[in-house]
Amino acid sequence: MPPLSKTLRFREPSVIPGFGLTFGLTVTWLSVIVLIPLAAMILYASRLGFDQFIAILTAQRTLNALKLSFGIAFAAAIFNVIFGLIVAWALTRYEFPGRRIADAIVDIPFALPTAVAGIALATLYSPQGWIGQFLAPLGIQVTFTPLGILVALIFVGIPFVVRTVQPVLKDLDPELELAAASLGASRWQVIRKVIAPTLLPAILTGFALAFARAVGEYGSVIFIAGNLPNISEIAPLLIVIRLEEFRYADATAIAVIMLFVAFIMLLIINRLQRWTEARS
Amino acid sequence: MTFIEATTNRQAGFGGAEENSGPARRSDFAARAPRGAKANTETLPVRILLVLIALGFLTLFIVIPLVAVFLQAFSKGWTAYFSALTDPDAISAIRLTIIVAACSVAVNLFFGLIAAWTITKYRFPGKTLLITLIDLPFSISPVVSGLVFVLLFGLQGFFGHWLQDNDIKILFAFPAILLATIFVTFPFVARELIPLMQEQGTTEEEAALSLGASGLTTFLKVTLPNIKWGLLYGILLCNARAMGEFGAVSVVSGHIRGETNTMPLHIEILYNEYQLTAAFAVASLLALLAIVTLVLKAALERKLERKR
Repeated sequence: MPPLSKTLRFREPSVIPGFGLTFGLTVTWLSVIVLIPLAAMILYASRLGFDQFIAILTAQRTLNALKLSFGIAFAAAIFNVIFGLIVAWALTRYEFPGRRIADAIVDIPFALPTAVAGIALATLYSPQGWIGQFLAPLGIQVTFTPLGILVALIFVGIPFVVRTVQPVLKDLDPELELAAASLGASRWQVIRKVIAPTLLPAILTGFALAFARAVGEYGSVIFIAGNLPNISEIAPLLIVIRLEEFRYADATAIAVIMLFVAFIMLLIINRLQRWTEARS
Repeated sequence: MTFIEATTNRQAGFGGAEENSGPARRSDFAARAPRGAKANTETLPVRILLVLIALGFLTLFIVIPLVAVFLQAFSKGWTAYFSALTDPDAISAIRLTIIVAACSVAVNLFFGLIAAWTITKYRFPGKTLLITLIDLPFSISPVVSGLVFVLLFGLQGFFGHWLQDNDIKILFAFPAILLATIFVTFPFVARELIPLMQEQGTTEEEAALSLGASGLTTFLKVTLPNIKWGLLYGILLCNARAMGEFGAVSVVSGHIRGETNTMPLHIEILYNEYQLTAAFAVASLLALLAIVTLVLKAALERKLERKR
């Protein structure tokens, strides 16, 4: 039996040198850049006291901003699931002219800076804009309303569902579908009973990723939203406004709630991704 | 040449979404299947309808906004376009953006490599937690990422008074802009490398070490060549995000014209001053960066596909 000190070592033995150095550097750097700043924010919030914390969060303007951010992020993620599925399906299952280009531009919202997307969308959907001029006669106003926020959040969320569903769809064994069809299943039954259950974890992952991104989104929203308090003011913007008013406590309380949600979402996404991997 | 295959499998996709090129062949079969077996696909009208919906959606939400950026930028001709870009404030914003992006890419490249090495080459408890913490900046609102630095270095913040007494300027100056950018781009390189290096395992390194190579030589001659494309990919993404970051930088920069304005912040100022053409001119540079990033990504993927 090896001595106790050998069996209780932190990492499993390996011939590769440098564990202490690289592990130490990783943890130190992670702490300096990410963990200590976040801990400082939580410490700052904890000094507020419970009553003040609750008072800030239940103020009408804060509640409205949080409701707006979460509600519209949810709606945008639903929208992205529906259209993301259709896009992923068309890109993997059908051959059509321009398929490669269509596949490439799905990533544009990842790569395009949010401020650029923000001013482009705001200009397009303004009542005089290319798209807005057709909506205005119908009585639909997009800019400076929650609808504008929805448009911006749909834009930033497009790639998530497509890129999580696509690989699973490609991996799907066509023989399963053939087998189901040869046993007499209709196409609709095959989709419901064979394809849908396999795609479900990927769809949920895509939904969660799009939702998490949309909740915190700032740059693409503020130009089109008009930022009217209680109507089209999202939570990240309220944080910025409170900071500019030097009401750090208010800003921090809202930020802590958003950080908490981000962390929960991250855990859910990790779980979902493991489920996706197990399924495929 | 197993590592090249592994690389190809892991290359595609932003932010963790991967494409498998292997099973792609099978899906080609599925696409062609209708000719043989009718039951295995939708009817032609349904297929056409779905393709039209997909293309319509992508056109409305992605193509039109992208085209609008360039058309607006050139709406008053080349002269207006170039005078917007050669404005001293614009030039200073472009310079600051490039410097900040270069610094944060360099820093994140170094630490991303080290983090990916630690996570993939050793086995230790708490690895999942470490990966989750590295991922954390991905899911945090950019505004919150900026706020944490205000709380640390602002006048009401933890180090505010000490910094003021010692006449050190961090907030509303270059250091905070750099810190916020490093924060938001923290996961990019590590995230690209971890799946790639996980797939490669440790056998090649162990072989090199058992043949007498030093740790550093092993890293430079064995590990690095194996991951160079993944690394390049991580750098591309990291750079695109660093140059385009808006929310976090906006909170910590102070918006001082000609001093602490990056390109996205300069766009905001111009837009709010109703200088639309100028705003879109600067925006077109960032849009071009996004397109170049995606074209390089596609080229990288095709190159790897052909190698297979």
